[in-house]
Amino acid sequence: MTEQRVISRATGVEDNEYKWGFDFDIESDKAPKGLSEDIVRLISQKKGEPEWMLEWRLKAYKYWLTLDNEEPKWANIDYPPIDFQDMYYYAAPKSSAEAPQSMDDVDPEIREAFNKLGIPLIEQQRLSGVAVDAVLDSASVATTYRKMLEEVGVIFCSVSEAVKTHPDLVKKYLGSVVPYTDNFFAALNAGVFSDGSFVYVPPGVRCPIELMTYFRINELNTGQFERTLIIADKGSYVSYLEGCTAPMRKTHQLHAAVVELIALDDAEIKYSTLQNWFPGDKEGNGGVYNFVTKRGAARGKNSKISWTQVETGSAITWKYPSVILQGDNSVGEFYSVALVNNYQQADTGTKMIHIGKNTKSTIIAKGISAGKAQNTYRGQVKIMPSATNARNFTQCDSLLIGDKCGAHTVPYIEVRNPTAQMAHEATTSKVDDSQLFYLQQRGIGLEDANYMIINGFCRGIFKELPFEFAAEASQLLRVNLEGTVG
Amino acid sequence: MTQEIKNSPVLEVIDLHVSIEDKEILKGVNLTVNIGEVHAIMGPNGSGKSTLANVLAGRPEYTVTGGQVLYKGMDLLSMLPELRAREGIFLAFQYPVELPGVRTWQFLKASVDAIRQHRGEKVLSVREFDKLLDEKREIVEMDTDLVKRSVNEGFSGGEKKRNEIMQMALLDPTLALLDETDSGLDIDALRIVSEGVNKVRSDKNAFVLVTHYQRILNYITPDYVHVLVDGSIVRSGGRELALELEDKGYEWLRDQVAV
Ligand SMILES: Nc1ncnc2c1ncn2[C@@H]1O[C@H](COP(=O)(O)OP(=O)(O)OP(=O)(O)O)[C@@H](O)[C@H]1O
Ligand SMILES: [Mg+2]
Repeated sequence: MTEQRVISRATGVEDNEYKWGFDFDIESDKAPKGLSEDIVRLISQKKGEPEWMLEWRLKAYKYWLTLDNEEPKWANIDYPPIDFQDMYYYAAPKSSAEAPQSMDDVDPEIREAFNKLGIPLIEQQRLSGVAVDAVLDSASVATTYRKMLEEVGVIFCSVSEAVKTHPDLVKKYLGSVVPYTDNFFAALNAGVFSDGSFVYVPPGVRCPIELMTYFRINELNTGQFERTLIIADKGSYVSYLEGCTAPMRKTHQLHAAVVELIALDDAEIKYSTLQNWFPGDKEGNGGVYNFVTKRGAARGKNSKISWTQVETGSAITWKYPSVILQGDNSVGEFYSVALVNNYQQADTGTKMIHIGKNTKSTIIAKGISAGKAQNTYRGQVKIMPSATNARNFTQCDSLLIGDKCGAHTVPYIEVRNPTAQMAHEATTSKVDDSQLFYLQQRGIGLEDANYMIINGFCRGIFKELPFEFAAEASQLLRVNLEGTVG
Repeated sequence: MTQEIKNSPVLEVIDLHVSIEDKEILKGVNLTVNIGEVHAIMGPNGSGKSTLANVLAGRPEYTVTGGQVLYKGMDLLSMLPELRAREGIFLAFQYPVELPGVRTWQFLKASVDAIRQHRGEKVLSVREFDKLLDEKREIVEMDTDLVKRSVNEGFSGGEKKRNEIMQMALLDPTLALLDETDSGLDIDALRIVSEGVNKVRSDKNAFVLVTHYQRILNYITPDYVHVLVDGSIVRSGGRELALELEDKGYEWLRDQVAV
């Protein structure tokens, strides 16, 4: 008898450390815990809002009350009841009580904090070509590149500022795509939203730089309810990117944002997200509940709205960036990578509502599941009777790592016009051992090999991201994949 | 690293037994390859040729149930596959794997980087790497376009094989295991691939060439030919053994084993 020997893959994999998990030590200005009409009034007052804004908030809040704490239950996610009275609805870093006028006015500690995050806040970094509106907890702390944008007439500021400086635009468009009656979280957001970004691109202007917002939840037990509104006027173009991180917390944090996009005739909005909220630890403790309503209205003829998202964070992701294809010949796109690991749950997808003639939508969703995580693609494609010659192409690919995770695809298709052309493809696969071995045989370590294959799986999506962020997306993927093979 | 001197064994396979899913495939293989030599392994379908090549490269599905393998004096079987590769073992796959979305260029760069780092050499800049790649690509007359595409995805059978030999040239191995690299090649491609091998061949490396056809041996002259039947080497000889096999097939050897 000879000794038994097995050729195996042993790796010395370190624990996955959430690299963005440090806390900022910044004194903050917090409203008391819990939600009431008084809190809504307080938020509005803190922001120095006009009466009409407060009224809108109160209407939303009252509507939310009628929903009686009943969150939507249809998603494939599982979590204990959220106590909406046990969290803070307003927290702003103290130093921003007086909004900064220029970069020099920004609290150095906040600047330092954002430097740590690798966000180019300083105007000198102008060469990197990104304008940043950074939202820490709830308040917008700095807006760079303002001047350059002003010259071409692009408005890029916080929503609270826009309420004051551009009330007509805000009144006209806020809630016009996602009314507060849309859903539970949208109603909550409308009542208590504290900040977010506002973008207006005037007719015929091609925004010269990428606009970007970095969101970060810093305060303990603070919900973040930002609200973003982007309007691309006739014949304009804008590319907007948001990034999100949150510190490690043992308890769950709620994030319920609303994003509304409006594209008028011949306008195009490209909206990209890198979502890396804290996903919780390996045992499923903590992590952000990410309940987000994102919708774009391709209102004008020949308009185009394109969502690209890379979702690697959050304990729970509930998110369906959608496009209402109202204008004739309008185009809606959704490109998504959703990676879940450990105990993360994602129920994400899109809705494409075809109303105009010759409207066209494309959906490419890539789901990656590892650990004990659950990943659901939920998508709806609706062709209304008016949408003659509508076309949709949907492709959903799922990749499984290990055998304890799950991938689910739930497509809803409703066709009410016989001229529609629909195509749907779906695949489920595993990272193949022979692919890993091929790479290892070329000297590439197992972790790197796994990452290369998964990166390859996502390549079609990453190429939709603005160049600078494609590398960052792929880096996020790498960090979140650590320890998934071996 | 130890300096290889001609005629010192680079590979010693001693009484190697290998199973897959409880079925014994290799039943005591012995093989010694010296530096500077080319060994051809022939044998009927299913006799275990690919198994031998894959076990040497460290493919995880196989279970080694007995025996020993020394590579440059090291205990090969205890090494991770990537370490074997970095130490100079190269396997040209019988069925090269497709990697959708993984760009060939990125893959090759990562591979060369890993191997150079292991050798303590500096990582090549993009420009240096491109130059090296162009050089090696020309050896197998491979189109630049293929380097921009996903690894092996949609490559024709022949293109995949050329790609394997290009990688071999790029990685400059000490021990190259070529598993039926000649199968599925047209006459011109066979000549190109063989010439590629001859260009890489030196007195500092060694080749084990698995093949069904003595044709390739017209281009690459082997020092030894071994015949693997049913998991063991039943006959070894020189170049002329390949011709004899082409003439007589394998049955007469099987009969001899039975006796
Ligand atoms: N994954 C596997 N599971 C079960 N049996 C296997 C597996 N891989 C190889 N075998 C079996 O092992 C034996 C040897 O296979 P191997 O691929 O080594 O043969 P070969 O000599 O390379 O053949 P060919 O000339 O056809 O390439 C065959 O009977 C094959 O079916
Ligand atoms: Mg074989």
